[in-house]
Amino acid sequence: MSTSLIDADSVLAIDIGSITTRVALFDVVDGRYRYLASGSAQSTINAPYNDISEGMRTALDRLQTVTGRVLIDADERLIIPSTAEGAGVDIVAATISAGPPLSVVVIGLLEDITLESARRVVSTTYAKIVDSLSLNDRRRAEERLDAIIRLRPDLVMVAGGTDGGASQSILKLLEAVGLAMHLLPEGHRPQILFAGNQALRDEIKATFGKLAPLHFASNVRPTLENEQLESAQFQLARIARHARSQQINGVKELDNWAGGGLLPTSTAFSRVIRFLSKVYDSTKGVLGIDVGSSATSIAASFEGNLVNRVYPQLGLGHGLKEFLSVTTLHSITRWLHVDLHDDDVRHYIHNKALYPASLPVTMDELAMEQALAQQAMQVSIRKASSSFPEKVMRYGPDVSPWFEPIVALGSVLTRSPNLPQTLLMLLDGLQPTGVTTLVLDQNHLAPSLGAVAAINPLMVVQVLESNTFLTLGSVISPVGVARPGTPILRIRMAYEGGAETSLEIKQGSIEVLQLPAGQSAQLHIQPLHRFDVGMGGPGRGGRLRVVGGALGVVVDARGRPLHLPHDPTLRRESIAKWRWMVGC
Amino acid sequence: MLAPVVHILPLTKIRRDRLLPVPGKVLVRRGQKVSTTDVIAESSLNPEHLLLNIARGLGLPEEKADQYLQCKAGMRVTEGDVLAGPVGMAKRVVRAPKSGKVIIAGGGQILLELEALPHEIKAGMPGTVVHLMDELGAAIETTGALIQGVWGNGHLEFGLMYVLMNSPDDIFTPERLDVSLRGSIILGGYCNQPEALKSAANLPMRALILSSMDAALIPLAERIRIPIMVIEGFGQRPMNSAAFKLLTTNERREVAVNAQAWDPFTGNRPEIVIPLPANVDPPLPQDTEQFSAGQQVRLIRAPYQGSLGTIVEIRQGVSPFPNGISAPAAEIQLESGEKTTVPLVNLEVLA
Repeated sequence: MSTSLIDADSVLAIDIGSITTRVALFDVVDGRYRYLASGSAQSTINAPYNDISEGMRTALDRLQTVTGRVLIDADERLIIPSTAEGAGVDIVAATISAGPPLSVVVIGLLEDITLESARRVVSTTYAKIVDSLSLNDRRRAEERLDAIIRLRPDLVMVAGGTDGGASQSILKLLEAVGLAMHLLPEGHRPQILFAGNQALRDEIKATFGKLAPLHFASNVRPTLENEQLESAQFQLARIARHARSQQINGVKELDNWAGGGLLPTSTAFSRVIRFLSKVYDSTKGVLGIDVGSSATSIAASFEGNLVNRVYPQLGLGHGLKEFLSVTTLHSITRWLHVDLHDDDVRHYIHNKALYPASLPVTMDELAMEQALAQQAMQVSIRKASSSFPEKVMRYGPDVSPWFEPIVALGSVLTRSPNLPQTLLMLLDGLQPTGVTTLVLDQNHLAPSLGAVAAINPLMVVQVLESNTFLTLGSVISPVGVARPGTPILRIRMAYEGGAETSLEIKQGSIEVLQLPAGQSAQLHIQPLHRFDVGMGGPGRGGRLRVVGGALGVVVDARGRPLHLPHDPTLRRESIAKWRWMVGC
Repeated sequence: MLAPVVHILPLTKIRRDRLLPVPGKVLVRRGQKVSTTDVIAESSLNPEHLLLNIARGLGLPEEKADQYLQCKAGMRVTEGDVLAGPVGMAKRVVRAPKSGKVIIAGGGQILLELEALPHEIKAGMPGTVVHLMDELGAAIETTGALIQGVWGNGHLEFGLMYVLMNSPDDIFTPERLDVSLRGSIILGGYCNQPEALKSAANLPMRALILSSMDAALIPLAERIRIPIMVIEGFGQRPMNSAAFKLLTTNERREVAVNAQAWDPFTGNRPEIVIPLPANVDPPLPQDTEQFSAGQQVRLIRAPYQGSLGTIVEIRQGVSPFPNGISAPAAEIQLESGEKTTVPLVNLEVLA
């Protein structure tokens, strides 16, 4: 078939995770872009290889085997652009999450304002804040200096001072940084990102320009009332890329392949989520969640406004050592359907941190792994929701806003033994509200599409339209108050063939209505007792068309927020019952 | 598939780079014999500083204070030395509150780097310096037994090893310690009592080697100043038979315990080196392997964690497991003779 209607560049996407290196090939089939195939291999960032190239080439070998397309030449080099014989690819899009988190010192004038904005910027990539300096900092200048020298951050992020506002206080705070730059040996000096009072640019350049790599972004707080993070986020992504290419062998080569467009995986993922939010229902946000080994990442977009957060301490790999610093053991064990001692879970966490690539093969270990994923999602969405627009937090700070759809990825979700287990992890971890669609990115393509978006947006549109992701199903999650067992919803589902199913949903239950993938049905929803399903207010229902997914239509009436029984035995019984209801 | 490697070897050549995190001074020379605790290189890693406001001390404006400075950058000063002044009738001066080095003098201020113990890199094992790296450190080489672990509290020591384990699943309790063990390295078993760690530190013993440890003891073990090294992991896990045999047959030998943290990026792992003479120069151990039949492996996850076995066959494609997970796997014959299927990612090759 002719491909003349579009600029028919083939695209190779490469994602370097801390455990797995994935490559995916996209090309034009029948005049439209399609995802063709993937290859994966162990990442080789760690010793003894310390070079991502080995893993990349193994993954590419596998992709060559699957597709029959020659991608690497006799000299082991990637063939770019493609040849007339059909070998190679035209464009490479690359993303990376592997590597130690960027260590960052944040500086701002006011704890709750500029420093908080700086923290928000840092939380958009794989980074860890190791110290904060503000006017509230009671340490002497030399103590701050010693802290910077001891911590040896990769980056000092400076915010503070509205445009044309305070300047001397910021310069005073920067004295310690200036001294540290003089004292640290070259090659050990942090990069500096200045995103404060723009009137200080020249002075900052004169002071630090010759000491360390210096980057400027627009003021994150041009006025006290306004926060604009985008420019600083963009610069941070560049800095992260630069730091990675300095730390890790093979990253420079990958960045060259990608024409200098290598992106942190979370940044690329968030681009796709923002893109989707412009396409979907504007009354709802779009949510993306990536439960990875390096971090758990959240990307939520509301009418194009993005909230992107990366939590390395909630990753299911080496970062697990810090998992218990952001949540409690009980918060993890509450999700277990098997009776395990707290010590078992604590030991599991620390052993998994030692061997992040290992897999659970017993029922107990699988239950612990999934409980960790559920809690990672729960903490991430709660933390991120503090940055969601106030108007979308309809049900208060502890209940998720409406999203359509929710896109999920991460090995713990995509490689679980069955899809109902994935479904329940997502429902428990994210606790969606209203009507939403759960979508699973089984091949970890969303970040790659985000990286391609800047080069070839048409490809992103066409691939997203081509059912590349797996729709788990439509989920209806009513919000309201009722005693368990009280009928709260009446549902009638009219199938395409004329058949109908009616159901009365009781508070505390979870029900699955079969609707094969690809088939659609009309859903009539009537909430009772002023329950809200997001169709115009409490007690208001209506009709909507749903398309079947792998698991049909799921009604999760267990309550929002989900309150689990306090008694451990009752709790496990409830979870076991829910697992049975969804078919785990 | 690439296989992770763990070294549990009765006799091998061991070469380790001992490097400073920042440039400093290398204190050894090529060919020099070193012991475990000998300092290879040192640097001023995290010095403390004092910022002295000379202008305020002299009661002068900033621009005038500099002309009364009596020191300049790079100068070493001792506590009480006059740094600036005298000024006026009262002959006001600013003295060094502590000994150190002047880093910056000017602008009405003096930045003093206080004298502090240097950051030292120790040999970590007895051996010979075979290679020097300018301003950073050296490579040390020796021959002997090598046993790698999974967790360490960051300290290292050398001493005579005594075995308090009767079997690989023995439990280490404070009652098993007495003063006769003072200054020795102890091979304990599984430790779940804080008192056991405290007693070992208070005796004091030189170092403690554990098969496994309760994860709740990690913060305590990190505070303790003697090396504590864990071979298998957290929770009650018996010591693997190869490590147990190697360590128990070397009782009362001098061993080096380097309980450094496991850093996957650098490949540094906590390890025990038992220096042994070798008639023939043994080869360096393999750091990279591909999984293949006949390899001896350690199983790192339940239900056989810590067990050793031999790869009988690498399975084609992916294999299903009872909990529903599927993964590339190998058939393993355990030491008991039992055969089982294990995901490749749950194996470490002994090499």
